[in-house]
Amino acid sequence: MPRVKIARKSTATDMTAMCDVAFLLLTFFILTSKFRTEDPVPVDIPGYTKTILLPEENVATLTIGSSKVFFGVEGIPIRKEMLEQVGAIYNVKFTPEEEAVFEVLPEFGMPVSQLKSYLDLDPDARKKFVQPGIPTDSVSNQLFNWVREARKADVSINEKALLIAIKGDSKQEYPTIKTVISILQKQKVNKFSLITALKTAPK
Amino acid sequence: MAELDTSGGGKHKGGKVRSKKSSMRVDLTAMVDLAFLLITFFMLTTTLMKAKAMDMAMPDKDEQHDQLPVPATRTMTILLGSKNKVEWYMGETGKSAPTVDNFGKNGLRKALVENSDKEKATHGGLPMIVLIKPSDKSTYADFVEALDELNIAGIDIHAVVDITDIEVADLKKNGLY
Repeated sequence: MPRVKIARKSTATDMTAMCDVAFLLLTFFILTSKFRTEDPVPVDIPGYTKTILLPEENVATLTIGSSKVFFGVEGIPIRKEMLEQVGAIYNVKFTPEEEAVFEVLPEFGMPVSQLKSYLDLDPDARKKFVQPGIPTDSVSNQLFNWVREARKADVSINEKALLIAIKGDSKQEYPTIKTVISILQKQKVNKFSLITALKTAPK
Repeated sequence: MAELDTSGGGKHKGGKVRSKKSSMRVDLTAMVDLAFLLITFFMLTTTLMKAKAMDMAMPDKDEQHDQLPVPATRTMTILLGSKNKVEWYMGETGKSAPTVDNFGKNGLRKALVENSDKEKATHGGLPMIVLIKPSDKSTYADFVEALDELNIAGIDIHAVVDITDIEVADLKKNGLY
């Protein structure tokens, strides 16, 4: 009887295809991922037991900390439109270079009168610069106009209502929060989101 | 595994020098390992960075016509003071003495659940209405915490309202302002 011979196969596998797929996925994730933008003020967000995921598009964030208010909107065309409109209201003309800087700025907290000089700073100096926050008083109405123009720009570009999220620091005293909420309510934004961390209810 | 041909040219009988034919196969294991490691990293970071939020609705300030009067008998008012403490009372302002309370399981949550059950029993199943009045000395964390307690206690009808002077005076009396 002939002995059954087990054919010896090489254990070497062709990894080229696997490598291709791996790098394809890697490229995809690198390109789609967005790194967390640094908050202009230290913000420790409070916890809440029931949270929803905030969409990545169509969101404006109001960051509140150290009694200062910062504003940021997702989307370059919206930011561009918003800057032009707000500039028109306060008679400030921005150069194309300044606009280009503003378009990539994640969040800002400058009065309109000082915004121009802030945008003219070089990137390193801008990072170190301590921003005073957007004025919330009702005389100059600056925060009101920023939010309003952002909403208008979003409606005209995306044809969607802008979602407004408030990111507040736990230690922040309530009056500042109240001012911001009343500014939103003045333009009939009665529904908004508060950015919170998910926590489990202590039993 | 993919291997490199290391057999070399060797010495051939003819003594003819031949150019060394190296194998085209390269060991990709390490490269694949690295690629997958990075993929894992990016996958985890992108999903974890998504901001989470809670929805918040405030009562409309301008429209007066569709506002209903709040039945005072069914309301519970929570005043947010300083030092992470609260005061609460049932019914109308000044009619009953407020109770100073803490956040947490045996504090506000217990009071909410007890009061809610009591109001439901006395008002034929009608739910309790909660008014949150944050004072100027309260923090944002207190505010969110109070809303969270309502959420845990399952109280749907609530509103955030401005605090009145009488209530501020009461907070002052209890050293929470």
